[in-house]
Amino acid sequence: MGSDVFQPGISAGRLAPDAYEAQFSDLHPRLDGHEALVAADRCYFCHDAPCITACPTDIDIPLFIRQIATGTPDAAAKTILSQNIMGGMCARVCPTETLCEQACVREAAEGKPVLIGQLQRYATDHLQEQGLHPFTRAASTGKRVAVVGAGPAGLSCAHRLAMLGHDVVVMDARAKPGGLNEFGIAAYKTTGGYAQAEVDWLLQIGGITIEYETALGGAVTLDSLKADYDAVFLGMGLGGVNALGAEGEDKDGVLDAVDFIAELRQAGDMAAVPIGRDVVVIGGGMTAVDAAVQAKLLGALNVTLVYRRGRDRMNASPYEQDLAASKGVRIVTHAVPVAVHGNGGVREIEFEYVDDAMKGTGQMLRLAADQVFKAIGQTLQGEGLPELEGRKIKVSDSGRTSVSGVWAGGDCASGGDDLTVTAVAEGRDAAMDIHGVLVG
Amino acid sequence: MADLRSEFVGIKSPNPFWLASAPPTDKEYNVRRAYEAGWGGVVWKTLGLDPHVVNVNGPRYGAIYGADRRLLGLNNIELITDRPLQTNLDEIKAVKRDYPDRAMVVSLMVPCEEEPWKFILPLVEDTGADGVELNFGCPHGMSERGMGAAVGQVPEYIEMVTRWVKSHTRMPVIVKLTPNIADIRKPAAAAMTGGADAVSLINTINSITSVDLDLFAPEPTIDGKGAHGGYCGPAVKPIALNMVAEIARDPELRGLPISGIGGVTTWRDAAEFLALGAGNVQVCTAAMTYGFKVVQEMISGLSEYMDDKGMTSVDDLVGRAVPNVTDWNQLNLNYVAKAKINQDLCISCGRCFAACEDTSHQAIAMSEDRTFSVVDEECVACNLCVNVCPVEDCITMEAMAPGLIDPRTGTVVQPEYANWTTHPNNPSAKAAE
Repeated sequence: MGSDVFQPGISAGRLAPDAYEAQFSDLHPRLDGHEALVAADRCYFCHDAPCITACPTDIDIPLFIRQIATGTPDAAAKTILSQNIMGGMCARVCPTETLCEQACVREAAEGKPVLIGQLQRYATDHLQEQGLHPFTRAASTGKRVAVVGAGPAGLSCAHRLAMLGHDVVVMDARAKPGGLNEFGIAAYKTTGGYAQAEVDWLLQIGGITIEYETALGGAVTLDSLKADYDAVFLGMGLGGVNALGAEGEDKDGVLDAVDFIAELRQAGDMAAVPIGRDVVVIGGGMTAVDAAVQAKLLGALNVTLVYRRGRDRMNASPYEQDLAASKGVRIVTHAVPVAVHGNGGVREIEFEYVDDAMKGTGQMLRLAADQVFKAIGQTLQGEGLPELEGRKIKVSDSGRTSVSGVWAGGDCASGGDDLTVTAVAEGRDAAMDIHGVLVG
Repeated sequence: MADLRSEFVGIKSPNPFWLASAPPTDKEYNVRRAYEAGWGGVVWKTLGLDPHVVNVNGPRYGAIYGADRRLLGLNNIELITDRPLQTNLDEIKAVKRDYPDRAMVVSLMVPCEEEPWKFILPLVEDTGADGVELNFGCPHGMSERGMGAAVGQVPEYIEMVTRWVKSHTRMPVIVKLTPNIADIRKPAAAAMTGGADAVSLINTINSITSVDLDLFAPEPTIDGKGAHGGYCGPAVKPIALNMVAEIARDPELRGLPISGIGGVTTWRDAAEFLALGAGNVQVCTAAMTYGFKVVQEMISGLSEYMDDKGMTSVDDLVGRAVPNVTDWNQLNLNYVAKAKINQDLCISCGRCFAACEDTSHQAIAMSEDRTFSVVDEECVACNLCVNVCPVEDCITMEAMAPGLIDPRTGTVVQPEYANWTTHPNNPSAKAAE
């Protein structure tokens, strides 16, 4: 514990300088060869395997695990990447405990699933660290496709289109590619600059150009893209953040959790990232847990995650909740923020406890807070977009929007969980549909 | 992706992985699924004369398990096809018509007389099948009736029947051999003399997998009794590899094509058979354990291996290990190795110590803190520690360079090759002139 850990207010360097590396080390260190063989040996090679069904990208999990078991991890990687070009990142960030590993028959048999996520990482790392890209481009079709957003959906779509012979221009509002992989996921899930390394590896396919700091709505509009390209894929994610609706939420120190995570991910030195002594995170999803855990890892003394409903309703999986708890995050449920107190900057935040029907109980809770991170959902931004369904772009199963020639996928599109792996699947499937339309 | 296309005795298939004549190739439904899954060919389950045989109505299989209930060996008392001949012929014709690029070989077993062979061969030719395989290996049931292994155990019968078959068909003829015999080269030579285009081996091994200790009956048990069956699966691979190699390296049998069978489960197993001289492989138990999809790993694995080795066709691999299979008396007695334990990989289980201390040469030392190290003064490089170690590559055998002194014998490691035939302890040694 560093000497500044009790210091009130917001400050950087709360921990001893050499403590940060261990704090932000890999959540699951990569399996070594022996561990991978032992883990792979447990797979039963099930028929019509439940794990495949549970995977949004339908990776042939029993096959790739068998390929690891027989000493051919590069063949395993190809099996993975042919379905999910971002299989490396998904191996790190997928909530496998609610997807493939939950479906594993050995979870049913022994409560201990095959370590599918970690085996996937073993294989993809093995291939990618040799710089091998196992896919090649088809002959050029002469068609040009615009992709908005260099996140998982956009890059997945771009890779598949490039592989099929189309020329792709990807536009992204930021100065770096990767989307939430680069800016929005906890650092301990993707260490060592993997997000950028993965993009560099993905671009080896060729035929993809990325234009940075180019957002839809500036010089580029949907109409201009439609005019300039043969097809358009929208994968720009959700740029806005929901408001708390609590009195005083404009005070200093009340921040969007996504901005805090982005700042932290881009910080070269974790010791330079300021953090409050008392931190409150509001929300119940993965972003809330990522923010809360990282606040704790930066040296915040008290971190409280407050959610308006019960734990069973949290979008963060039980595994993620346990991870937060194990790092010392206090989880408070059934409480909604009603007021942010403080003189200029936040000092305290006040909640009212609610019942399961979200009805106020009159019971109040006040928490000391130097910082409040809002993680209560993100919203789609932009005008002139295709027809919406709820608050997202309405799409068909193959990603078609209400506008001819325009597809969408990932978090900005309706349907599916807002997961990296879902975005990859939607980008891939839209690419196949675009291909069918362009060459059909 | 390496080119896996295979041509075996003129029969082409997209890869060298065939399903062996066995329960998985009993009927059209299965074979279509197998082709769809990627198998390069099938040997249709053995046809016989009508009236067709019947099978028991109790259990047909027994199993041996490894850790975690991994199936290592299977024992089978199923007979040849128990469906009418014409039904099989119609189905073979239909499947071959729809999958012209896949190998379709038909296994046959009829009484040991010329007429039945003369009768059945034209019927098979009419299906469009690519070849026939003579089942001289079935060790249970059929052998009691003078067929299967009863023929395969008598080289003169093999030669005689093979000659009949060759004279009554234009199709390539593969003779399937039984391992239930003392010297596999004898039946192989008989097949060759009879004109066989190839041999395939091994068929299953006589076995009883286990005994029910309440019923006091062998398993599988049918109404209190059991009969020996045919053993197959990963457990029989070493026996099969040796028999394949014995044929491949015999000068008298040189050039006789071999279809390797016996426990092929992964690409590596297949590659080993090919390296020992098999022109292709046949698989059964792996498919029966894991389903037809298991071939996908064999295809990707063999392809990756061939790419790594710069091999552009399966034939580049076939027979590559044959020159290195020799007799014991040709092994280099001047070659000296010592076990080496990688302390970074060692998990300190002590199995190497127990094995060496109790049953071998007391060549592994154990310290107070459970560090295990090799005592070079005692190590004869027997390899037992490597074999019992649970961690792959933790213990390795390292060759000693010539000129070093072997601490066990106190003598200098000699650079020259020298085997038993010239060793001074050999009473019949011939001194080098």
